[in-house]
Amino acid sequence: MYRYDNYDAKIVHERVAQFRGQVERRLAGELSEDEFRPLRLMNGLYLQRHAYMLRVAIPYGLLSSEQVRVLAKIARDYDKGYGHITTRQNIQYNWPKLQEVPDLLEELANVEMHAIQTSGNCIRNISADHFAGIAGDELEDPRPYCEIMRQWSTFHPEFSFLPRKFKIAFTGATRDRAAVRFHDIGFRVVENESGERGFEVIVGGGMGRTPIIGEVVREFLPKEHLLSYTEAILRVYNLFGRRDNKYKARIKILVRSLGVEEFGRLVEEEWEQIKDSALHLTQEEIDRVSAYFVDPDYSDEPGEVSEVEAFAASNPRFARWYKRNVHEHKVEGYFAITLSLKAPGVPPGDITDEQLDLVADLADTYSFGRVRTTHEQNLVLSDVPAKQLVALWETLDANALATPNVGTLADMICCPGLDFCALANAGSIGVAASIYEKFDDLDYLYDLGEIKLKMSGCINSCGHHHVGHIGILGIDKRGEEFYQLMLGGEASDDASLGKWLGPALAKADVPDAVGKVLDVYVEERADGERFIDTYRRIGPDKFKERVYDAA
Amino acid sequence: MTQRNVIRNREIVQDDWEYLGAEDAVPQGAKVIVELARWKQERDELLQAAEKVGVLLKGDDDPKELVEDFEVLSAISLDFPKFADGRCYSHARLLRSRHGWKKDLRAHGDILRDQAFFLWRCGIDVLELREDKDPNDALEAFREFSVTYQPAEDTDKAIYHLR
Repeated sequence: MYRYDNYDAKIVHERVAQFRGQVERRLAGELSEDEFRPLRLMNGLYLQRHAYMLRVAIPYGLLSSEQVRVLAKIARDYDKGYGHITTRQNIQYNWPKLQEVPDLLEELANVEMHAIQTSGNCIRNISADHFAGIAGDELEDPRPYCEIMRQWSTFHPEFSFLPRKFKIAFTGATRDRAAVRFHDIGFRVVENESGERGFEVIVGGGMGRTPIIGEVVREFLPKEHLLSYTEAILRVYNLFGRRDNKYKARIKILVRSLGVEEFGRLVEEEWEQIKDSALHLTQEEIDRVSAYFVDPDYSDEPGEVSEVEAFAASNPRFARWYKRNVHEHKVEGYFAITLSLKAPGVPPGDITDEQLDLVADLADTYSFGRVRTTHEQNLVLSDVPAKQLVALWETLDANALATPNVGTLADMICCPGLDFCALANAGSIGVAASIYEKFDDLDYLYDLGEIKLKMSGCINSCGHHHVGHIGILGIDKRGEEFYQLMLGGEASDDASLGKWLGPALAKADVPDAVGKVLDVYVEERADGERFIDTYRRIGPDKFKERVYDAA
Repeated sequence: MTQRNVIRNREIVQDDWEYLGAEDAVPQGAKVIVELARWKQERDELLQAAEKVGVLLKGDDDPKELVEDFEVLSAISLDFPKFADGRCYSHARLLRSRHGWKKDLRAHGDILRDQAFFLWRCGIDVLELREDKDPNDALEAFREFSVTYQPAEDTDKAIYHLR
């Protein structure tokens, strides 16, 4: 993985000193809360319902075991013993004290981490396919470009006060696991007719109040122009994006109002002027950064997959985990393992300091000391050899990290909701818990197959409900929590937005309503058909009848 | 003539530019800054009456409209009505590198020390710091960072040219 050189280290340490000064000025009363607000927001520090919340950047979701141990220490020393993995691969702490945040940032800086631009109207953490570098369907590892983009976007003097936040995601694979169509810019590594690699550039996607699927603004962008083209997009957005209404300020609204052709024309016009400037990436830099992402030293004897399968045949509990949480790897005999953070009784994405320490140790023992975070709020050990799979599982199982539910209904995405967030209308974590309780039969979950359930506690849609196969949105009706169901969303290649099923439901009725939706699916599905495909084939009517008729 | 402190090229200096509203009379021999609309209407009168003339550009204005007047203008001021309104950062860069404006480029409005470094990097050399703030504090902002990643108006080198 990328390691800081002197320049990178200097910037994060200077940032800590700067923020320390800003906090001191705030505590001394030299800065009003109004003046402090944009400063702390640029550093990921939100004022939440009960306390400050700090969001720490995990660039493209990649961590070393050393970094994971520091995240554990921070959970222990500055928080109440846990952190929360977000849908953009970051980690949030809910209880830091303002006066301690500079020390916390110093601890992060010592292991090449920071909270720079994890909030505010600027370019946010760059996210990526969580199987980057190990996926069999990958054309090229996108992480060197994520890192180059991270550096270019850090403290960009022109783009630190954009109309609204700006999120960028990369994938180098054929199958999209990074939701690139739902980002302000999504980059896909593609090959052109002459076999050269470059990027397909998708612009103007996003969730929020107005969910929009991004559109291709350029089919092929040579790699050396990555930064200049991005700068052109950002400049057009900075100048012409709406600033009169924060709900219409994202780039998706600009792209939609101009049309993607006209938007693209403005970008090309700007790009022509700067493509040969100092933003023209040098091959030396691409090579320098790429060298940090070469394959680890894979063993020639990773063990026999057939032996793992033999063990699975004799141990049903292992077999379930092996089927759900273990993924193919580009190297024969290696696997990627998802550590589900969706255990019953725990808010989705939460992880304790002890679990983090354990994950760091397991990464060192079994997976070259690397850990990844996913946008579905889980962790991944990316390079585990077959011969160590059983030993790893036994340890995970003993520590509530082997819940075999990845990709099932129970692997839901969920925002922090009313329990923490000042914006939320609804206690999404509580509803998640009641859904876990109702659907606790693993065999039933497996029979249902791949279902993406995504839940948000308000229309800002941090829980991505628009792109859930089943989406749930919490709303407030005269002081009471209600929930709307939507069906048919999809975040990946065949992206679609869900549609409302009908009137909002009382909180207590949500699990039953989900049950009825699933019943219809089970009755109607063709052989091997996923929920989303059945829904697309038969439409909403039967689901609607079942949910609302009896009620 | 009122004087105030501004930060010019990273130093605190006295400044006697005046902003005129659409209807304000032009004080003879003064240095005045007017909005683009007034400049377009009263160009010659302004040049005649005032010692020096500058134009205040807003986020919505198109800096290209001034290019033909570069020779007669003595300053361009960019409006930051709110801390969070960042359009004029782009205007500043375009004025400097695209249109070749070489004279004073001023930041006007809600200017705090925490923008100072970004404004400077975008080519703005005169900061009209909000009057309730101590300019000595703001000078420190220029010393907070010793390394930058991207090329901008202060350097044509990206970090990868230095490595």
